[in-house]
Parts: sequence; structure tokens; C-alpha cells
Amino acid sequence: MKFALLGNPNTGKSSVFNMLTGLRQHVGNFPGVTVDKKNGKIELNGIDHELVDFPGTYSIYPRSEDERVVYNHLIVDEGERPDALIVVVDASNLERNLLLFSQLYDLQLPILMVLNMIDLAERSSQSVDIQKLQELFPEASIVTSNARVKLGKDRICEALDKLNKRSGNRFLQEEICGIDDLECQEWETRVRIAKIGEHIEALLTRQVNENVSEKIDKILVHPIWGYLIFGGVLLLIFQAIYSFAAYPMDWIDGSFVALSGWLSDTLPAGIFSELLSQGVVPGIGGVVVFIPQIALLFFFIGILEESGYLARVVFIMDRLMRPLGLNGKSVVPLMSSVACAIPGVMAARTISDKKERLNTILVAPLMSCSARIPVYTLLIALVIPDQTVLGFLNLKGLVLLGLYVLGTVMALLVAVILNKLIRKSDKGFLLLELPGYKRPRMANLGLLVWEKVKVFVLDAGKVILAISIVLWALASYGPSDEMENAANEARILSQELNLNQEEADQLVASKKLEHSYIGHMGKFIEPVIKPLGYDWKIGIALISSFAAREVFVGSMATIYAVHDDGETNRTLLQKMKSERHDNGTPVYTLASGLSLMVFYAFAMMCMATLAVVKRETKSWKWPLIQVGYMGMLAYLGAFVVYIIFK
Amino acid sequence: MKLSKIGIGERVKVSELPQSALRVKLLEMGLVEGRELRLMFKAPFGDPIAVDINGYMLALRLDEADLIDVVQLN
Repeated sequence: MKFALLGNPNTGKSSVFNMLTGLRQHVGNFPGVTVDKKNGKIELNGIDHELVDFPGTYSIYPRSEDERVVYNHLIVDEGERPDALIVVVDASNLERNLLLFSQLYDLQLPILMVLNMIDLAERSSQSVDIQKLQELFPEASIVTSNARVKLGKDRICEALDKLNKRSGNRFLQEEICGIDDLECQEWETRVRIAKIGEHIEALLTRQVNENVSEKIDKILVHPIWGYLIFGGVLLLIFQAIYSFAAYPMDWIDGSFVALSGWLSDTLPAGIFSELLSQGVVPGIGGVVVFIPQIALLFFFIGILEESGYLARVVFIMDRLMRPLGLNGKSVVPLMSSVACAIPGVMAARTISDKKERLNTILVAPLMSCSARIPVYTLLIALVIPDQTVLGFLNLKGLVLLGLYVLGTVMALLVAVILNKLIRKSDKGFLLLELPGYKRPRMANLGLLVWEKVKVFVLDAGKVILAISIVLWALASYGPSDEMENAANEARILSQELNLNQEEADQLVASKKLEHSYIGHMGKFIEPVIKPLGYDWKIGIALISSFAAREVFVGSMATIYAVHDDGETNRTLLQKMKSERHDNGTPVYTLASGLSLMVFYAFAMMCMATLAVVKRETKSWKWPLIQVGYMGMLAYLGAFVVYIIFK
Repeated sequence: MKLSKIGIGERVKVSELPQSALRVKLLEMGLVEGRELRLMFKAPFGDPIAVDINGYMLALRLDEADLIDVVQLN
């Protein structure tokens, strides 16, 4: 059997889904649209049945592209039609919830109403007369539950096992309207609302309108306190992410480096060993290292969303973000991108408006992510003089701050431009329910984090791994035996210079890289990057940065044949400082250094993000546009900066 | 009078929903003729606004509130 799970947003539908399926769920997508299709398995009497979670809607008539999924699956596409419906109804908001339920009831499929009693249990302000409700929908099965405290799973399963057969009883006699027949839909909706209105008094013992949320809201949406509190919440989240994620990330990093080393020491030398220790293992490491940040970020976003606070954030940020073509909800993805654009782009899921979501995704990677920090620190140490401004401000610190500001300003600017460029079929609107405050449920948070991490590892991971292997191959092989010759020359040279073993190895590695395919590519693109003040060595670092920006530092270390100590890079700095062009002028000047920083601030050099953008937008079109526009920004920006400071 | 012109704390009753692309959506959200509303609060800069509809809170932009005619109660 195939069951469909439906209901209004904020009814506790996902809690019911999690309660029924637990970990036995997976996320796919409905064909043709960017809506996630959550599928799960429920067991009834030892037999597995399919449960499909549909997006929360207020009516079966779609008001957005994404909501069409519900109508299409239930009414249009016979092959997709479920065998029975499970509809979650929020008892504290019965009147509005019954509109959707009565529409679904009239589809003549066996139907189970799960009357979610969350707020009733918490506030006991009103109660529902279930007997009368049953009289209104005689062929429906009705159970009560409180999914937040895992109450009612047995009752639901029991009811599903013996669902009432349908024999033609309807709430309204009229047929359901066509998907685009607005006139019919409006008339039908009015009739339904009127009929529900006639019965609602009898169904409810009157509610007391004492609302705790209201008092909290007075502070949380306050013109001053509201923003201060939101700023404080964000600060807290990022502090937590930076400080907590750093430990597992360092540990993961160290473990993979150790594993690489162990593999190359243990396995017999050869292509296979090199592929494993230099391509596959670091590639997987590059995926796994992001997991702590992603997990933590979604844990916090989950808390904001489940508690009901996120809706208030949208409420106070909407007016500010609207002129930019963004949404109040864009704030969280953009701020998250300061840690890492990957969870940022994934967090844009919460934005229901398609254009605003796309806009957010397209500009998010311009926010300065943590992978840029090692690049910035190296370059700043290299070209920015140790100097104080206005007596107390450190110039190096100011430049770093400036790069963050540059990224943010550019993100907002591009959003304004994209807003003008991307056409949109329907006018944006905001009709957002501000749900009452609730305590987040650990089980829901755990499942959310698990699902996001899984999606990231499976989807983005594949691409990152593939790119890492390609880059490894490009750096390890060269045309004919050029690399071997270069290595031999380097060995002879190091004997002549009386270098010790480590220095000799570094020199060999450097020469090999120079004569590999990637070295040739670096030289090939030199004419293109010369106007920016770069040479072919920087070209190599740029190309290898495509896997991830922080690879820049490692590549530089290999090219300049120094040990990458990962901390101060003192030897690397000295080498780079003394590097000269053929005509004797230094390679790293204030102009070329700043130009490189601006390049890294704007360029879309992160395969992992591209893979995630592809996943989220369901096409390669948008990630390619992103590479294009950000590449242009980077090139032009770097060029202008180089000209100004030369 | 438009819902967009109402002050915080005021109680109103929906009198009419003029023709608009959003009319069905507004109905579905509970904004039906005759329904009593209370303006709970406004976001900074006065937009969007939040109204209480039969015990649930709905946020809407002034653009949407312009599509709803109301009469003041008491």
C-alpha cells in the first residue's frame, strides 16, 4: 500500500512522519520540480508500506509551482495516486485546517485524520468534540496524537490497519475544480468555508485567547530589541560553530593526512598507491572535513525553525531584504555562508519563493567563507606592511576586515542586479503563519541533521572526490617522460648543491609539478593572468584551488619546494618574498597581492559548493552561471586593483 | 478602509475582498468576509504586519493587506 501524508504547514506533520518512519526514510525529489520527496517505510502487521510526505499546504489548489505536486499526485496522475491518505490536523487551529481536510475527504480515498493535540495538551485552552467531528466526516477514521511526545503511533498504525471503506459520502456534493480554474476554486472554497463555519461552534468548546507567544513577540519583533536579539543569536551560533567544529575538523584533517602517509608507506609504490594516498584519501578527507560545520549549523537552524523563532526573523528582516530581491529568510543562508557556503546554500531551502531562493543561492558564495582565511592570511602577511592606522588599528587586521566587507557588499549588489535580471512568473507575496512558540524536539533535530549530512556526503561528495582525482592525475602526470627527466635533473642538482634528503625531495616535487599537465596548464594560462600581475606558478595554484580554495597554500608550498607547516608558513613566506620575475622585479608586490586577494574574494573556486548548487537547483545551468559571473567579477576586480596599486 | 491602514491593537472585521490574483489564497488563509481580526504588531518600518485570525497569527506585507477591505469594530 502507498500512503500519502498531508496537512497544513506547522501542524506537526514532520513530527508525525518521523514518528511513523524513524530512520527508515530517504529524500528524493518529485519529478520536474524542486520539491523534496520524502519517502519512508511503515510496518503494519509485519508488512512494509510506503509513506510519502507531501509539502504542507493550506488547500489542494496550488498557489505556487511547488504546491502543484499535491494536486497532480492526488488527482491528475493516476499512476502516482496513493491508496489512502493520512491527514494531520492541528486541533488548536481546527477551522482553517478543516478546509484542506474536507477537500481531501471528497477525493473518496480511505482517509485517516490525525488530530494533533500539541497545543491543547500544553495550554488546554479548548477541546474538540471528536464525536461531532466524526458525524461531520462519517467515512473518515479519526485518531488523536501528540507526535511531539511520541504519543499515538500505535493508535495510528492500528487505525491504518482497518481504515474505513469509502462508499460515496461527501462533504460537498460538487466535484473538485480544475487546477487552473480560479473562478470555480474561489466559489468552492467559499462554500466549504461557510459550511465549516456552520459546524465549528459545535465542534469546539470555546477557546481562551490567552496567548503566551504574544508577550514574547512584543520583544522579539521590537524595532530595536528584535534586531539586537537576532544579532546576538547569530553571534552565538557562529561562535559555537567556529569553536565546536574546529576540534573535530582538526581531528579529521589530521586523521586523513596520517592515513595518506600510512598508505603510501605501507602499500607497494606505484600508481595504485599514489592514486589512493594522494587522490582518493585526501579527496574523501576534503568531503568529510565539512561534516562538523554542516551538522552544527543545521542543528541550530533546526532549533530556530522548530521553536517558531525563524518565522519572526523573516518578519523583521523582510522589509530590509525585499529591495534586494531577497527574502527575510535569506539572512540565515547568507550568514551561514560566512562559515561555509555549502550549508548556506542548503539552508536556502526554507525560502518558499523560487526567485528569492535562487537569488540567495547565487550570491551566497560571495560571502567570505572560512576556506578563504588561510589564503588571505598568507597573502596579507606577504604584502601588507606591519603598520598601525589612526594610532591603534592594525593595518593587516583592517585589510582582512575589508575583504569580509567586500564580499558582503558584493553579494548584496549582485542580488540587486539579479533581481532586475531574473524574470518571475508570479508576483511575490508574503502570507506567513507565525506559529506559537514550541520546545524543539531532539528526535526531529537529529533526523534533520542526519538527512542534511547524508545529502551532502552522497551528492556533493561524489563531485568533490571526482575533481580531487582529476586534479591529482593532472599534477602527477605530464607529457611523455618530461616529468621523469625534470625529476632526474632536480636530483642531480640537489647532489651538486649538497641538499639534505628532505630538501632534495621538495626540490624534486617542485620540478615534477612544474612539468606535469597542471604545470603546463599554469604556463598556458599565464598570458591571461599576466594583466592581473600573476605568473604561471600562481596559475598552477589557481587551477588546483578549484577543488577548494585553501588548497592554494599547499600548492604554493609544493611549487616553491618548501615544507607546508600549516601554521606560520615562515619558510614559504620568505621564498615568496624573494621571488622575482625574469626582469628582476618582485612577483609579490602590494598590487599583485591585493589583486590576488580580490580574485579569491570573488572567484567561484569551490567544487563542493557548485555540486551543492547543482543539487539544490536541479540543473547545471545555475552553477555554470555562478562560475561565469563570479569569474568575471574576480578577473575584472583583480585587474582594476592591480592597475590602481601598480 | 484597507487593512494596511490599521493601527496596532485595533479590532476590525473583513468587509470585502476585492478581485485580485491572491483572493483565493487569502480565503484559504482564513481571511473571509465577516471574519474578525486584530492587528497584533508591525515589523520595524511598519511592514509586514501580523494579525490575529481566530487564534492564529498571520504575517502579511502591506501589499497584501491592501487587498483586504475592513471595517473598524468598537
